[in-house]
Amino acid sequence: MASLKELVKRKELFSYGHRACAGCGEVLAVRQVLLAAGENVACAMPTGCLEIVSTIYPHTAWQVPIFHSAFENAAATIAGMESAYRALKRRGKITKEIKFIAFGGDGGTYDIGFQALSGAIERRHRFLYVCTDNQAYMNTGIQRSSATPSFADTTTSPAGKKLPGKLQPRKDIVEIVIAHDVPYAAQTTVAFWNDLVTKVEKALSYDGPTFINILVPCPLGWVYPTDRTIEISRLAVETNFWPLYEYENGVYRLNYEPKERKPIEEWLKMQGRFRHLFLPENQKLIEEFQREVDERFARLKRRVAMSG
Amino acid sequence: MKKIVAKTGNEALAFAMKQIAPDVVAAYPITPSTEVVYTFSSFVADGEVDTEFVAVESEHSAISACIAAAACGARAMTATASQGLALMHEMLFIASALRLPIVMAVVNRTLSAPLNIHCDHSDSLASRDSGWIQLFCANSQEAYDTLIQAVRIAEECYLPVMVTIDGFILSHCMERIEVLSDEEVKDFIKEFKPNYSLLDVDNPITVGPACLPDSYFEHKRAVAEAMRESLPVIEKVSREFGERFGRYYDIMEGYETKDCEVAIIAMGSTYETATVAVDNLREKGEKVGVFKLKTFRPFPHQKILKELREIPVLGVLDRAEPLSSYGGILYTEIRAVLADEKKKPLTASYIYGLGGREITPEEIEEVFEELFLIKEKGKSKEEVGYIGVK
Ligand SMILES: Cc1ncc(C[n+]2csc(CCOP(=O)(O)OP(=O)(O)O)c2C)c(N)n1
Repeated sequence: MASLKELVKRKELFSYGHRACAGCGEVLAVRQVLLAAGENVACAMPTGCLEIVSTIYPHTAWQVPIFHSAFENAAATIAGMESAYRALKRRGKITKEIKFIAFGGDGGTYDIGFQALSGAIERRHRFLYVCTDNQAYMNTGIQRSSATPSFADTTTSPAGKKLPGKLQPRKDIVEIVIAHDVPYAAQTTVAFWNDLVTKVEKALSYDGPTFINILVPCPLGWVYPTDRTIEISRLAVETNFWPLYEYENGVYRLNYEPKERKPIEEWLKMQGRFRHLFLPENQKLIEEFQREVDERFARLKRRVAMSG
Repeated sequence: MKKIVAKTGNEALAFAMKQIAPDVVAAYPITPSTEVVYTFSSFVADGEVDTEFVAVESEHSAISACIAAAACGARAMTATASQGLALMHEMLFIASALRLPIVMAVVNRTLSAPLNIHCDHSDSLASRDSGWIQLFCANSQEAYDTLIQAVRIAEECYLPVMVTIDGFILSHCMERIEVLSDEEVKDFIKEFKPNYSLLDVDNPITVGPACLPDSYFEHKRAVAEAMRESLPVIEKVSREFGERFGRYYDIMEGYETKDCEVAIIAMGSTYETATVAVDNLREKGEKVGVFKLKTFRPFPHQKILKELREIPVLGVLDRAEPLSSYGGILYTEIRAVLADEKKKPLTASYIYGLGGREITPEEIEEVFEELFLIKEKGKSKEEVGYIGVK
């Protein structure tokens, strides 16, 4: 893995010129991924916050080739790019080794882009798909996605007098991707830059489709002060809400285990989207949330134990 | 030496595709275009062409992959029909606005519901405003020749091109086709030297950015200009093809139209059916003629003016029902072109052939008879006519 010392010396490939909100976890993730990937990459992204903040014509924050065409097709787009690369390489029109990375928000990945993602992975295109998971459709103003956790208040799953925010737990995209029999899939978050960078390096070393889901806190959508992104990101791991793990050639590995898992309240209470859970009548919802976190973590541990 | 083969319309398209040997073909099967894709993939499997063939999971991904490949400077092609084209709809606009020279064979088929796999033009015409050059072919020979020309047209104009044939009527009908040699095709289409490539990692570019009100308009205007300027390119390429290979197609053609008193205009295979009707009526001494519009986009309004202004009565045959309660798409566009002319034909709109309903020379003869009545009355037909509806 590249050391921090090395990383800071590398060229910034996602740089000035973007208009993301202060504290945006998504652009932190992209910056870290590209630092890890190095210069010979070509990227694609769907419609979403990332596209809007980084490519407002005539500006661009990208120092690598980047293509945006629509919302549901980042995986098909990267597949097309990779196919063109194969063809042009075979015909001697390209000689360089190029790596391919698609960046998709959770909406463009778990929901509308899911078909294209599944198709591109099944066809074994060589690319890394990075999901920058901020757990809602932030670009259109914080609507629920299938990545949104239980009880979160979003504009299409509002916490009201009768309903306590989103009723369903979030979809486990990493497991679904693993079920496609990929060589490498992982989950990480921006606070753990070294974990993230290592995972990107590993993923890009495979000759096949790989997937990394990165939790990217969103100050606007999660409702917290802009200087707490890294703290919230770290706490998601310390509470076992977002375990750092990877799946490599059939083997699950937990990359970090908190010595003592913190109660989920600590993570929830930092975020306005869960404010309603702290009303006295909603205490049981926090318990339910905790139960879900513990069950999911236990399931992951079983997977790790069984494959180890 | 001429090489003559027997091929269905789909096979002719697939064969042309093989000779073009695009860098990338990404496709998803849909009747009646499926044969184009599977014939082509058998060429790939047999090593007859070294195209990167991507059997995607949907038409949306097919066109998305073609768009991405084209942005990488690759020659990209696909084929589809009907619901497949409709599923691509969103992406069609993106392809043209990003100025990507993709070539697509569209085997015309109606849109659901009710589900129906047979021919009409509702699929292509629903994509009318998407910024694709649309070339309608009257027979499979023309389709073969046009697909080859389309590569040049797309790459000289930096616009995507749709080459259409009528589903089943042409796609599944075996015809005698004269094919070129691989060398001739290669020589005609030339090597593609794109202006830029997304895969030039040393000179990275951002493609498909967000544009605000301060710049979107200019981009769209540029596409409109490109579309306007594509017409002479289409004419030039087709002339060059004619000079080299002896088969010449005009953007709009006529049969027995020089002295005609009444005429009809149609797109696709119906032109040939109509020429039979014209022959029958000419034998009886009636001065009738038929026009075929090949280039629907760009809409060749000058040519239409020139050719149609002097015709006393014109029946416009549309193989799609736009539900406008006024008339067909071709009809309204032609009416608009003629609107300001002092001398112009009386007109009548006919919708026909929806969902694969056959149209016969006899029915077209009846249309001509009605056009003569219109001529006598001196008044355009107000109501939309439906040919062959029960
Ligand atoms: C077909 C289509 N449907 C809807 C939209 C509107 N839209 C654009 S971005 C977006 C949400 C993006 O959310 P996500 O993928 O989670 O990324 P984020 O903005 O949160 O980073 C939506 C709904 C669209 N552009 N295209």
